[in-house]
Amino acid sequence: MRYNIAKIKRISIVFLLISFVGFVNESKAAESEGEFSPKDMILHHVKDAYGMHIATLNFSNRDPLHITIPLPVIIYTDSGFTIFSSSLFHHDYHGHTIVEKDGMKLVNLHEKVYVLDQGSDSLELDAEGHPLNASRPIFDLSVTRNVLMMWVSIVLLLLIFLSSAKSYKKSKKFVPSGLASFVEPLILFVRDEIGRPMIGDRKYKPYMPYLLTIFFFIWINNIFGLIPILNGANLSGNISFTFALATVTFIITTLSGNKNYWKHIFWMPGLPVPMKLFLMPIEIIGMFVKPISLMIRLFANITAGHVIILALMSLIFVFKSVAIAPISIAFSLFITVIEIIVTAIQAYIFTILSALYFGMATEEEHH
Amino acid sequence: MNITGIAAIGAGLAAIGAGIGIGKIGGSAMEAMARQPEMQAKLQTSALVFIAFVEAVALFGVVVAFLQG
Repeated sequence: MRYNIAKIKRISIVFLLISFVGFVNESKAAESEGEFSPKDMILHHVKDAYGMHIATLNFSNRDPLHITIPLPVIIYTDSGFTIFSSSLFHHDYHGHTIVEKDGMKLVNLHEKVYVLDQGSDSLELDAEGHPLNASRPIFDLSVTRNVLMMWVSIVLLLLIFLSSAKSYKKSKKFVPSGLASFVEPLILFVRDEIGRPMIGDRKYKPYMPYLLTIFFFIWINNIFGLIPILNGANLSGNISFTFALATVTFIITTLSGNKNYWKHIFWMPGLPVPMKLFLMPIEIIGMFVKPISLMIRLFANITAGHVIILALMSLIFVFKSVAIAPISIAFSLFITVIEIIVTAIQAYIFTILSALYFGMATEEEHH
Repeated sequence: MNITGIAAIGAGLAAIGAGIGIGKIGGSAMEAMARQPEMQAKLQTSALVFIAFVEAVALFGVVVAFLQG
């Protein structure tokens, strides 16, 4: 047992060291574009991208070596679907490299594909950096790095949970073994600390699959966001992702709302009529504000964590001195440790608030 | 003063608010734990959760300031 702990410690130290290499690489990569701007570097890290950039070697050279996993770009325009590899852009996101495909000229401007208008050969920008002679495709269904990380996390979750489910079938006495002994306490925690107290002993069962799914899905993606060698698998810091999860919570809440729930929204019992009329619009707004606050809370927490770590790292390059490095590494190590706690807390909060809303929707009238 | 400076002041104000909030939560949680040490585990978890709520508000401020600045 003691040997195991020592081993875990050693592995985690190695991971921490690797993590700093990842961050520093990214800072340097942004620098090679000209004057180093922390804001550009951070925004590029936080945003989604068409390729998965892992590292850049030989920055001092004219021709640095980028290590990237190219991903498919899938766009739908008037002339149908167009599919090509993101490596054709040659890591250019300033709109200089033009990819000609299916009679269209495509450029990558800040990780968004634009289609150049007929007859123009290069991208022109207005004073604010918006394209003048190009437009977005109708649909952009590209497998971006966030989509890739989502698939990876789905596969990982399936592996973990299917294998632990299988281990219960093997052992006749329902004794957890292997991975299951790690997963079982977590599932029991979601059931006994989140599902039961929030929804109620009689009704919590149908909601458990959803609560468990969002808890583990958010948690594993938060953790993926903190592995810097994956450079910005910032899935749970993407507002579309949190929007989708909050929408599912909203739909389930609305569909499972009973008579009592709707009565409390439209005609609050036990109040004089003017007050009822006054409360109705507030309650209707509240119905929509709840999922919106869920969405923004997760997005802002995860994004801000990434921004703080990267801002501390870019201090080294802002001051252009090695002397500042120990301070900024110490601080970003501190923030990283806090972020590891935040990954679990945010998954817990999203789940417990969803459960609270389900509990409110299914609450029986009491006299 | 340009918009960046004002955005930084806004982020600072958000941080002050969150600081007061987290301080109050922490203080009350400590007091409650001293009165009832057997409730410590439960109080700690709920204190952490409420701290996360308060912190989220400060982070809204940081994100807005970052987008503006």
